[in-house]
Amino acid sequence: MNLVYGLLLQGAQMALVLALAPLLTGFVRKIKARLLRRRGAPLLQPYRDLVRLLRKDVVLAENASWLFRVTPYVIFAGSWVAASLVPTFGTGLLFSWTADLIAITALLGSVRFFLALAGMDVGTSFGGIGSSREVMIASFAEPAMLITVFAVAMIAGSTQLSTISEFMSSPAVGLRVSLGLGLFALIMVALAENARIPIDNPATHLELTMVHEAMVLEYSGRHLALIDLCSELKLLLYISLISCLFFSWGEAPPGAGLTALAVGAAAYAAKLALGGLLLAVFETSIAKMRVFRVPEFLGIALMLALLATLLRFVSGSL
Amino acid sequence: MMVGALYAVAVLLALAPASIALSKYARASNIIYGASLVASAALCSMGTVQLLSRSRAAVALVLPIGLPWLGAHFRIDALAAFFLAAINFGGVAASLFALGYGRHEHAPGRILPFYPAFLAGMNLVVIAGDAFSFLVAWEFMSLSSWALVVAHHREQENVRAGYIYLLMASFGTLALLLAFGFLAGSSGHYDFDSIRAIHLPNGLAAIVLLLALIGTGSKAGLVPLHVWLPLAHPAAPSHVSALMSGVMTKVAVYAFIRIVFDLLGPPAWWWSVTVLAVAGPTATLGVLYALMQRDLKRLLAYSTIENIGIIFSGLGLALAFKAQGLDWIAALAFTAALLHVVNHLLFKSLLFFGAGAVLNATGERDMEKLGGLIHRMPKTAAAVLVGCAAISALPPFNGFVSEWLTFQAILLSPQLPSWALKLLIPAVGGLLALAAALAAASFVKAFGVSFLGRPRTPEAAAAKETDALSLAAMGALAVLCLVAGILPGLLIDSLAPVTTAMVGHSMPHQADLAWLTIVPIAESRSSYNGLLVLAFVTLSGSLAALAIHRLASDRLRRAPAWDCGFPDSNPAIQYTASSFSQPIRRAFGSVVFAAREIGEMPPPGALSIARLTVRQRDLIWDFLYAPLADGIATVTERINVLQFQTIRRYLSLVFIALVLLLLVLAL
Repeated sequence: MNLVYGLLLQGAQMALVLALAPLLTGFVRKIKARLLRRRGAPLLQPYRDLVRLLRKDVVLAENASWLFRVTPYVIFAGSWVAASLVPTFGTGLLFSWTADLIAITALLGSVRFFLALAGMDVGTSFGGIGSSREVMIASFAEPAMLITVFAVAMIAGSTQLSTISEFMSSPAVGLRVSLGLGLFALIMVALAENARIPIDNPATHLELTMVHEAMVLEYSGRHLALIDLCSELKLLLYISLISCLFFSWGEAPPGAGLTALAVGAAAYAAKLALGGLLLAVFETSIAKMRVFRVPEFLGIALMLALLATLLRFVSGSL
Repeated sequence: MMVGALYAVAVLLALAPASIALSKYARASNIIYGASLVASAALCSMGTVQLLSRSRAAVALVLPIGLPWLGAHFRIDALAAFFLAAINFGGVAASLFALGYGRHEHAPGRILPFYPAFLAGMNLVVIAGDAFSFLVAWEFMSLSSWALVVAHHREQENVRAGYIYLLMASFGTLALLLAFGFLAGSSGHYDFDSIRAIHLPNGLAAIVLLLALIGTGSKAGLVPLHVWLPLAHPAAPSHVSALMSGVMTKVAVYAFIRIVFDLLGPPAWWWSVTVLAVAGPTATLGVLYALMQRDLKRLLAYSTIENIGIIFSGLGLALAFKAQGLDWIAALAFTAALLHVVNHLLFKSLLFFGAGAVLNATGERDMEKLGGLIHRMPKTAAAVLVGCAAISALPPFNGFVSEWLTFQAILLSPQLPSWALKLLIPAVGGLLALAAALAAASFVKAFGVSFLGRPRTPEAAAAKETDALSLAAMGALAVLCLVAGILPGLLIDSLAPVTTAMVGHSMPHQADLAWLTIVPIAESRSSYNGLLVLAFVTLSGSLAALAIHRLASDRLRRAPAWDCGFPDSNPAIQYTASSFSQPIRRAFGSVVFAAREIGEMPPPGALSIARLTVRQRDLIWDFLYAPLADGIATVTERINVLQFQTIRRYLSLVFIALVLLLLVLAL
């Protein structure tokens, strides 16, 4: 009985992240449009886009190999699994011990690895430019994320997300400088990883400034739908991750009843909405930076994360 | 067991002269590689049996050869058994690959005699039970591998690589010779059992540690002793490159563990500082250099330096925890290092085989002359892709598991009391994290530029899939990379006797845990299950594919690439190895390589060519080795005067020397 309940909850989480991801993107776009005093596309537009793309033919470049065709499925599956392993409405789900925070980071690394390869598969210059810049951004963002993970894990004494998030909602946390630094670093990493302004612009197709869009330029039809869904899942994942690491109130503890789950779900929805709102406000109020200033931006994230880890090493209470 | 191992090594040794006798015979290479394969397989199974046997007792044997009062001691304990199994597994794989690959060799007579000798040398190092046989075997291994490096001696580059390798190898052996001299003390007992019984005073132990780090580090490729490695490893034929990079560096790791963990006695806390301070930068610098290469095999050689950095970081952490009495964490770090030894052996051999197959098919090592090989060599490409994913530490492959365990050990390090370590270990963690990300970047580049895209030269366009035996070797290694990634618990359990012997503790038993998860300390702290990750990803990926193909659309059209409306049929328009790494070179290169880009742009309207010059320097070479070489050259030039003298001056020189000698003796 317990196993069935656990499976159901885990299944619910998998379905939830998949169902909510396009909505979150639609919400961010709507807020951005409203902030620019436009009316904006309806909230449900990302779903419509996905359905439209899914129904279309795939137009495959002549030179594309099997890797190009497999990649959308691989990266979709990778980011879906990663997103379902991050606690959303409750902690301690059935498979939460499958991968800890380091493994989730690495799983996202796999997603990027295959996407970058796919960008080079057709042999166009835009694909190459996208892949090359993506791995440059990743070579700063990934270590920054890992070191932030180190800082958080050393404070919580665990890399298991469920344990960390339970620890973070307990009074034992207190107010720590290293957590603040880690939060900043993680937000900067999240902006970079999700190809948001100021690193990249998800709405641009201006040739020389694209990063993510250049990489996936040759994709169409159902492949493109999966890649879009993958980016939407990634955005959801990072907001869930930040909220479960730093703002974990409301999450249902393991084995909780339906009321606690409902509270957890409501809290999660509120956190997602808040995260989306802040992202939209931030993106509207800042300009995109040149590609070669990105290392400086992410270098700051790296340093903040390293500082957070060092503080933890130097003193147990900072 | 011991006798069997020695017989197998003797077979390998006998193959060397046999190959000269057979050299006229057309199938000589098949016979030699086949026999090497059998001998390595026998040794590998002996090592495995010894490692897995519950007896734990070392087997030993003394032969009456070598120094008259010492004899030649041979000994297989848990550590030696593990390395025996690992090394010969590499030998089996390389021999299998060579059965196919060796047929294309144009001058097999230059390689065949040294190949089994090289294998025998590595085995002898591991089973040697006294300092004298160890050093003889070590030097034998170095020299036979040197002969393989200069096998294609008509290429100027290879001769230079061989020369630098020979110098560095002699330097390393000298350091080891001195280290063993100090270890044995004045007693003159050179067998390992007597050495283990001696406890050196702190100062001497420090000197031995440094000498061991220099001696083994110069073979393993620790920065700044790595300079020979990226020259020599790629110069050898590819199956030998795989052995040198995947296996010989592990012999160096063995030597380090043997001296520092086993013979030198209980560690002091600062030993780990020395090791970690070298290992962390080695990992990051190695991969940064790898990222800048356009020669496929040289990229792989630099990436070996990175992985050696990861292994030594694990060993350094193990030393730190062992010195503090935290044996259970030391066991974790040590297991991580040993696991990475196995993993690196698997994927680096695989990748060098892949590079060899590409070299065979196209005649090119330069990635900028390759491209599109995934169409022409699909099976090689699939195997190499697995190797690239594994070496980039991506789950669910094996490279990730050992890095994950290393990170877990780093996360436990706030328990160490020393301030130097408190500051150093986060830095090492940061460097390892950086190295992991940069490794992924270099292998996206390696695979993307050589296998994906469009062929850049006619040779690449006409490449043919490699032979079945080479493919079998690559396929087996690729499968093992995945298996070791999803079932790491079994490997970790088999390492328990080694960790118990070296750090006095072992990781908790893993194989009984539910779903084959690995849990280094406690489940609430950290756990990872590669099997489930793989299952989930495969399941959700195939479900998505099935659902979309059934419910939405499965139609597909081929059309020219879109490329934002400006497709260009010239394959030179694609990103190359150098342009791919340009953003990273710009970000890191100005510091690490003193890289400079000089763009010469003609004025608007002029028709002359624009030119971009990139200059980068190897700072370690320029500031450490070049002055050293210059200094030696200057001194020898001065001393050279002595060589051309008149007979009177010679006689007076001899006389003065004699008088000085007598004076010294009299005092």
